[in-house]
Amino acid sequence: MREDLNGAQVVLKALADQGVECVFGYPGGAVLPIYDELFQQDDIRHILVRHEQGATHAAEGYARSTGKVGVVLVTSGPGATNAVTGLTDALMDSIPLVCITGQVPTALIGNDAFQECDTVGITRPCTKHNWLVRDPDDLARVIHEAFYVARTGRPGPVVVDIPKDVQFAPASYIGPKNIQHKTYRPKLKGDQPAIREAVELLASAKKPVIYTGGGVINSGPAASQLLRELVRLTGYPITSTLMGLGAYPASGAQWLGMLGMHGTYEANLAMHDCDVMLCVGARFDDRITGRLDAFSPNSKKIHIDIDPSSINKNVRVDVPIVGDVAHVLEDMVRLWRSSSATPDKAALKRWWEEIDGWRGRDCLRYRQSDSVIMPQYAIERLWELTKDKDVYITTEVGQHQMWAAQFFHFEEPNRWMTSGGLGTMGYGLPATIGVQLAHPDALVVDIAGDASVLMTMQEISTAVQYRLPVKIFILNNQYMGMVRQWQQLLHGNRLSESYMDSLPDFVKLAEAYGAVGMRAEKPDELDDAIREMIAVDRPVLFDCRVAALANCFPMIPSGKAHNEILLADDASDEDIESAIDEEGRVLV
Amino acid sequence: MLHRPDALETHTLSVLVDNEPGVLARVIGLFSGRGYNIDSLTVSEVSHEAHLSRITIVTTGVPMVIEQIKSQLERLVPVHRVNDLTAGGKPVERELALVKVAGSGDARVEALRLADAYRANVIDATTEHFVFEITGRTNKIEQFIAIMQPLGLVEVSRTGVAAVQRGPEGL
Repeated sequence: MREDLNGAQVVLKALADQGVECVFGYPGGAVLPIYDELFQQDDIRHILVRHEQGATHAAEGYARSTGKVGVVLVTSGPGATNAVTGLTDALMDSIPLVCITGQVPTALIGNDAFQECDTVGITRPCTKHNWLVRDPDDLARVIHEAFYVARTGRPGPVVVDIPKDVQFAPASYIGPKNIQHKTYRPKLKGDQPAIREAVELLASAKKPVIYTGGGVINSGPAASQLLRELVRLTGYPITSTLMGLGAYPASGAQWLGMLGMHGTYEANLAMHDCDVMLCVGARFDDRITGRLDAFSPNSKKIHIDIDPSSINKNVRVDVPIVGDVAHVLEDMVRLWRSSSATPDKAALKRWWEEIDGWRGRDCLRYRQSDSVIMPQYAIERLWELTKDKDVYITTEVGQHQMWAAQFFHFEEPNRWMTSGGLGTMGYGLPATIGVQLAHPDALVVDIAGDASVLMTMQEISTAVQYRLPVKIFILNNQYMGMVRQWQQLLHGNRLSESYMDSLPDFVKLAEAYGAVGMRAEKPDELDDAIREMIAVDRPVLFDCRVAALANCFPMIPSGKAHNEILLADDASDEDIESAIDEEGRVLV
Repeated sequence: MLHRPDALETHTLSVLVDNEPGVLARVIGLFSGRGYNIDSLTVSEVSHEAHLSRITIVTTGVPMVIEQIKSQLERLVPVHRVNDLTAGGKPVERELALVKVAGSGDARVEALRLADAYRANVIDATTEHFVFEITGRTNKIEQFIAIMQPLGLVEVSRTGVAAVQRGPEGL
C-alpha cells in the first residue's frame, strides 16, 4: 500500500477520498505544507475566512444544511485557540466537524515554541474526540477515523493535530474502506421490547404530546419523513425544540409551535399537562424543562436518543430507547400500523379542544406600530416574501433568534441553522457562507442582531471574495436586546452595558467591504426593501431599524414551570407603555 | 438492588481503555468537567500486546448520577468497556499503603505490635523508624493510618483501589 506521498499529500488525499468538496480555513506557519498541496490540486476548494472562528461556523452551516461533515483547516497556537468557540458550539449542537490543526514540529512540542499551544489538551473537553499524530504512517488512518467518529452516532466535532514535520515526512496511505474503528460502534437499532412498550404506551394516551429535537435533523431526511408519518398516523400534537424546527412542517395542523423558554403557550402547556410524552432526539435541556421538579409532572415519558448519556440525565424517563431516530421511528410506525390497540378518540378530542383553547390565547400577538418597525413584523414580512423560495435561515443569538424561531415558519429540515446549546453570538454570518457554498442557488439569510453580527462582521469580506450573495438581515434595536430584556425583568431595568453606543453605519460598512448596504426605517418601506434585498445578487447588509425596547414573549422566567409562562399581556403594562414611549428617543 | 433516588451510593467502576496518550486526561477531565466525585483512581496497563489499560474508579453519587457517569465514560471514544463492579454485588477490592512511623520507646513497640495485628509488613527500619506495607480494603487501611497517628506517623503513600468482580467471570 505504500505510495510515494508526504504527510501533507496524505491529508489532501484522505480528504478527497472522504468526498470533501470544500475546506474552510486560514493558513499559518504550521500548516504551510498542507496549503502548498492545496495549491497544487483541484479536487478540494478552500474558502479563506477572516478569522478561524468564522471557519468553524461556516463549516457548521455547511454541515447542518447538507448533513455532510464540515471541514476546517487552521494553524497551530492562535489558529487552534480561535477555533475553540466553534468546536464547542458544534459539540453542544451535535454538528459533525473535522478540524485539522497544524502543530509545531514534534521535536519542539512542549518547549513553548512560537505559536505552540497544547491543542489536544485545550480541545479535549470541546470535541467528541481528538488526535495528535506523531507518526506519519498513522496519518491516513487517523483522518479516516476522524470522519467516522465525527459523523457516526451522535455527531460532533473532532480535531486532528498534525505537527509540521509530520506534514513533510514520507507517509503511507490507506483508503477509508480499509479502516475499522477499534472501539466506537454506536447502537443504531432500538431495543425491540422497549419500542413495543413505547407504542403501547402511546396508544393508551389520553393527552399525548410528541416533543422532537435536533436529533431528528441529524438522523437524516428519512427521520423527518418517518416523524411526519407517525404524527399523521397517531393524530397527536407535536412540538419541537429550537434545534428541531423544520423536521415537522410548521404549516401542519398538529403543529403547536416551538416549546421552551420562548416557546408558545400551547406547546408549553401541552407539555405540562400531557399524560404521555414522546421525546424524539431531544435532551431535556434547561431551556426546555424550566423548573425540573415541576416539569410535566403527570406524564409517562418515552425518550429516543442515540446517546445513552442523554437518557435520564435531567429527567427520569419511563421508556428509554437507545438508537438512531430513523431506525427507531421506522419500527414504531410499523408497530403502530400492525397494532390492534386503538387510541381513545373521545379523550383525544377533549385534549385537542383543550389545546385549541390555549391556541386561542394567541400568545405571539404583539402590538403593531405604524411609525416604527416591530422586530416580529420584520420577520413575518421576511417569511411572507421568501416562503416560496428555496430559503435557508441562520441566526445570531438573542431576541432576534427567538423571534425568528417564532415567526419564521419552517417546512423542511436542514433549513434552519442556529446556535442553540452554546448560544454563540456571531454564529449566523459565517454560517451563511457555508450554507451558500453548499447551496449556490438558494436564498440564504442570516436573521441577525446588531450586537451579535459585529462579533464576526469581518466574514462579510469572505462572502464578497467568493461572490456569495448572502443576506445579513440585521434587526437593529441598538441594544443587546435579550440582555436588556433580562435586565428589565430581573434587575430593575438598570441597563448595565447593554446599549450599543456608536454602532457603525451598516450601509457604509457594507460598502467599505464591497457588499451592498440597505436600510429600512419605517414599516411601509419594509416590503420593497426586502424585495430589493432578495433581488440583489451580491452580499447584502440590511440595516432594519426596529423598535428598540420590544420584549420577546412568551417567556418562562428562569426557575419557573411551564404553566407559569409569561405572555405579553401579562407583563406589566407600565413597562411596555414606557418602552414604546422611549422608541423615538433611542431610534433618533 | 433497591435504589433510593436521593441516597448517595459508592460504586467501584472498572474501565477498559486503549492505552494511548491522553486517555487518563479524558477520564479525569470528564469527572472534573461534570462535577463528579473521584474517591479513588488507579490506572495501569493490563495487556501490553493489545495496548489496553484498566482504570479502577471509586465514585460516590446518587443513582442517577452513577448511571450518568457510566454512560459518559462509555461515550469516550477510546473506552472499550465500563463495568460497574458494585452493581454485581460486593467486588474484591484491595489497596496497598506504605506507612512511615518514627519514634522510640513505648510508642515504637506499640506501633510494631499493632502492625503485626494488622498483618502489615516491615519493609524498612532504623532504630528511629519503620516503613510498614499494608494491604487490604480501604477502611482497614484508614483504620491502620488512624491508629498510627499518635504513634509517630510521618507519611503515607497509597495506591488507590484495585478491584475485580467475584466469581469466575472477567471484565
